Amino acid sequence: MSQPYRTEKGGQIDRDRKISFTFDGERMEGYECDTLASALLANGVHLVGRSFKYHRPRGILTAGSEEPNALVGIYRKGDQTPNLRATQVELYDGLEAISQNRFPSLSFDIGAVNDLLSPLFPSGFYYKTFMWPKAFWDRVYEPVIRAAAGLGKPPKNPDHDRYANLYAHCDVLVIGAGPAGLAAALAASETGARVILCDEQASLGGSLLSETTATIDGKQPADWAEDTVADLAARDNVTLLPRTTAFGYYAQNFVALAERVTDHMADPDPALPRERLWQVRAKEVVIAAGSIERPMVFPENDRPGILMAGAARTYLNRYGVKAGQKVLVATACDTAWQAAFDLADNGVEIAAIADTRKIVPEALMTIAEARNIKVRTGCVVTATQGRKRVSGALLGHVSSTGAVSSAGDVACDALLMSGGWTPTVSLYSQSRGKVVWDEASGNFLPGAHPQNERSAGACRGLYGLNAVLEDGYAAGEDAAKSATGKSAKCTYAVATGAHAGEGGTLGDLPNDRDASRVKAFVDYQNDVTAKDVKLAVREGMHSIEHIKRYTTTGMATDQGRLSNMNALAIASTALDKPLPQVGLTTFRQPFTPTSFGTFATSSRGDFFDPVRKTPSHQWAVDNDVVFEDVGQWKRSRYFPKDGEDMHGAVARECQVVREKVGLFDGSTLGKIEVVGPDAAEFLERMYTNPWKGLKPGRCRYGLMLNDAGFIIDDGVIGRIAEDRFHVTTTTGGAAHVFATMEDYLQTEWPDLDVWVTSTTEQYAVIALQGPLARDAIAPFISGIDLSPDAFPHMSVATGTFSGVPCRLFRISFTGEIGFEINVPRRHGTMVWDTMAAEIEKLGGVVYGTETMHVLRAEKGYIIVGQETDGTVTPDDVGMSWAIGKKKKDFVGKRGLARPDLIAEGRKQLVGLLTKDPRIVLEEGAQVTKVPDPAKGTSAEGHVTSAYHSPAAGRSIALAMVKDGRALHGKTLYIPMPGGAIEVEVTEPVFVDKEGGRLNG
Amino acid sequence: MANPLYQPDAAEEPVLSLPAISMLKAAPLGRFSFRGRKAAQDAAAKALGFDLPQQPLTAAESSGKAALWLGPDEWLLLAPEDDTEALQAAMTQAIGDAPHALVDISHRQEALIVTGDKAEWLLNSGIPIDLDVSAFPVGMVTRTLFHKAPVMLWRIGDDSFVVEAWGSFMDYVAGLLAEPATELQAA
Amino acid sequence: MLLIECPYCGVERPELEFRCGGEAHIARPEDPSGKTDEEWAEFLYMRTNTKGVYAERWRHIHGCGRFFNAVRDTVSDKFLKIYKAGEPMPDLASLAKEAGK
Ligand SMILES: [Zn+2]
Repeated sequence: MSQPYRTEKGGQIDRDRKISFTFDGERMEGYECDTLASALLANGVHLVGRSFKYHRPRGILTAGSEEPNALVGIYRKGDQTPNLRATQVELYDGLEAISQNRFPSLSFDIGAVNDLLSPLFPSGFYYKTFMWPKAFWDRVYEPVIRAAAGLGKPPKNPDHDRYANLYAHCDVLVIGAGPAGLAAALAASETGARVILCDEQASLGGSLLSETTATIDGKQPADWAEDTVADLAARDNVTLLPRTTAFGYYAQNFVALAERVTDHMADPDPALPRERLWQVRAKEVVIAAGSIERPMVFPENDRPGILMAGAARTYLNRYGVKAGQKVLVATACDTAWQAAFDLADNGVEIAAIADTRKIVPEALMTIAEARNIKVRTGCVVTATQGRKRVSGALLGHVSSTGAVSSAGDVACDALLMSGGWTPTVSLYSQSRGKVVWDEASGNFLPGAHPQNERSAGACRGLYGLNAVLEDGYAAGEDAAKSATGKSAKCTYAVATGAHAGEGGTLGDLPNDRDASRVKAFVDYQNDVTAKDVKLAVREGMHSIEHIKRYTTTGMATDQGRLSNMNALAIASTALDKPLPQVGLTTFRQPFTPTSFGTFATSSRGDFFDPVRKTPSHQWAVDNDVVFEDVGQWKRSRYFPKDGEDMHGAVARECQVVREKVGLFDGSTLGKIEVVGPDAAEFLERMYTNPWKGLKPGRCRYGLMLNDAGFIIDDGVIGRIAEDRFHVTTTTGGAAHVFATMEDYLQTEWPDLDVWVTSTTEQYAVIALQGPLARDAIAPFISGIDLSPDAFPHMSVATGTFSGVPCRLFRISFTGEIGFEINVPRRHGTMVWDTMAAEIEKLGGVVYGTETMHVLRAEKGYIIVGQETDGTVTPDDVGMSWAIGKKKKDFVGKRGLARPDLIAEGRKQLVGLLTKDPRIVLEEGAQVTKVPDPAKGTSAEGHVTSAYHSPAAGRSIALAMVKDGRALHGKTLYIPMPGGAIEVEVTEPVFVDKEGGRLNG
Repeated sequence: MANPLYQPDAAEEPVLSLPAISMLKAAPLGRFSFRGRKAAQDAAAKALGFDLPQQPLTAAESSGKAALWLGPDEWLLLAPEDDTEALQAAMTQAIGDAPHALVDISHRQEALIVTGDKAEWLLNSGIPIDLDVSAFPVGMVTRTLFHKAPVMLWRIGDDSFVVEAWGSFMDYVAGLLAEPATELQAA
Repeated sequence: MLLIECPYCGVERPELEFRCGGEAHIARPEDPSGKTDEEWAEFLYMRTNTKGVYAERWRHIHGCGRFFNAVRDTVSDKFLKIYKAGEPMPDLASLAKEAGK
């Protein structure tokens, strides 16, 4: 029979819309608005998974996001999402679900042998067993543990779904759409305040959706919820977010929500994102998170078919599903009785109600009597039976001394339990609120509110439908008033029925069994028993934080929402300390597991980080470039021709530049326009060099230090006019140099009349280097006399390039004649294409960053960040000449006089030539005095740059070596795995040592 | 509502053209970064024909030019592309020796014109500030971040914004604005 | 993510738009060359690093670009006072007292 546990009628499922799904390949049916859990229960399926450590059969325990057992994998489009809670998975046609943590099948699982071996797995098992030998961890223990442990399997393919992000702002954020949350949203939105109401469930209404014994304004609670949601939806100032979990509460009312947009759809439109991250900034927050029911800690309280009484009531009233045909109810509080009554009224046989209390309210006894329900008071469950589904339980009487005596057995196919209710204070706690112990209710409740937040309803320990509604309205009014200053009187709906119940228990219950042989579970997901917690205490774990880590209790995906209070109570007894003194572990974000996709949002692939392209990008792509990522920039690295490798391409590019001409895109260089009457004075302070004497039309190489005296950037600076400089920086240093200049200007020298503006992207920079560089640009440049006398090395002038305004620099980073054409960025592509065509006529070459690196290394020009590492001074790299000796001060001058910076034995820039000219050293390799230094000997230095140099006809290298300048001609060694490489120390210039080629 | 300075670039295809949202690349225009002290600010007003806005995050516009407050001594001046040189000359002449910096950044930035019912929603997919018209009224201008890219945002109408970014960031900005708009095309 | 008020823009903006610039009110000495090595090391490297009420430099780098100073309780992350660059350091002790520290 299909859906044998479905009721005849009732619930909020759509019985006209049947849905077909599979679980572990078996086809079943459910209805629209079912969750996977309710549909499985309707089909009589309780066994849905195996536990983590002992592989014990486990069933559906709850009806909410705290579910510890019913974790399933869902297949979609050939891949699966693991570890979804069946209680939250909405049913859709064709849904494919699989159980987890079992091999080869759910009903026969080899790992279940762990259960028989359980004496071998006490608390602290991992700590105790795998301590020795240490080397076994990587190769033996960890792989075995990893293979045996873990729930679910990670997906193998890249995630094909899209994820979205939205920053949202509101006056009042209401978290939870049960009675308190709905009332709060109504009251708050009445004032016109911007309200966001979110709830993790598909339907808004929370507990109202399963409450059938009360009325609100004369309506059934579920109907009132539906009408209220419709009312709220019609208000422009309200955003309703079902299927949306508030998973993180951060500083200043910054709350992160995860909205599941398509997971409930059979065939979602690919245009829709799967999930959306809402980053909400709320002026005020109302937490209406409700409370969850506590399991009872009795022996074998984990068999399939044992579930929370409240959950059973939800399955019955909301989904029209009976948890069983013959049901035993074990409880310590009133609310479970109502579950028994509701089930009885739907034709379910109630085997008995066993209440731990000796005296229960007369009213409940009367109702039970009227339904012929057997009631056992002062009674606990001492054992349960049934392997894959509970088949019965033993009961025990608890005497006034606490001794337990057998009270017979009861056959049943479901066992409902309720140990009382725990307010959900997780988000309050995340807001940095400190919970306080409430002796009367035996709960931790929200204390002071460190943020603009208030808790309403059951999450602050308030029960009884009318009281909860009133609390919600009041919280909504108060929040809106605080946020907007406005108040509006809202008519409160009035509820009858669903009064607050009494009772509850904490910790493990007494039994008459051999304590060493029983398993009474505290944390279902992590297989932690009451015995484990006690053992942890015996072994010296006296802080709850230690007990948590030693036993792993409370470390499940529900963060201990189900288990914490029972674990605490057991620890409290074992420690003989009052419960509040044992303390509560910290609730952390996220409230429930949140997918990586939600965190990543759309920042993936090309959008992970900006990809910045230069004006030559398309030309480079068309000409088979190999790109290099330099920060966010895509730079052309080299241009292989006819099957060349990098080595071949770079050798050719280098050679043609030195013989003819090369074209290079330098647009990524940082550029800063420094303007104002004090521009020269400012540069005098920022750079080591003197600037006041530099004539307009001339350039100078500038070196920038920090105040510690270390090189942080360099670049050529051209003086455009008396009060205007064109500063260039390294590509990587552009943002930092600009920020540093602003910092000094704003905070140290606000009196200077000078301003800095980033012009990095105002100009495209097209460089021509080589003996034919002038010939290459001459046909296109107007307004500038390019002759060597009129426009020598280190000049700058303004003119036009093919009619477009340009700043032309005569500078060189290769040692050859060089020009850099700066044109407004949008003209860059035109200039590039023009020059690319022109140099082809001249037999020139387009080159990339790799060739640029080789050409500058041949000349011993440093690259900041390659030769330097933040601990290098100008003198270390042989650049004392760049320091304006007469300047009274500049950033770094005092730092340079520090004892360590002028001491002997600093590393200095040198060249290294390998004995074997074919060997190219490895950058970063250590330099030593002897081929095979003893262990512990510190290196003399390290290789900073190494290439094959076509111009030198051999390999070359730059290195920073201790007292290197005194070692020219000496032999040093580079120890490598294949043996030490012998090198000779030289000066760091390998080509055109006199520098004559620059000038021509 | 459109702004006369920001005209769609006829040479470019629309980035987005949906009932609820359109996103167009703007044609080039003249842009200057203007920095200076009081005397220069007063002189600049003469060249512009209107005072530089002193109220933070506001803009002033007149006769086809605009000045946008970006910082307490920093304005973005806008003019039609053909008037760029004339504006520079007028400013230079009017300000004379009063300390200031006027830097042409016409090519540094590019602009998108984002218009439609869903404009706020779409921009908030990457901009972390409150764009509700009560918090970010028409005429407000600010620099901020769009995901990882620095941008300038100017509200030129109830449902119309200009987003400027440096040239090399524009593919990222336009692409990441178009991406979430995909869901507006869902059935 | 913190919400920080920029004293120049006059609005609160998310922390993303700002950069923290370390301890405030550490002026670069007028005459660095007149400082001893110890004094210079003190200026370069030594910071109060208070657990509690602390004056810091912040820059509205992705907004108006201005540097300003802020007193922040480094324990609660709450900003107690925000003021423009160049204004004197407020009395941290009385701010701490106001904040109930
Ligand atoms: Zn600001």
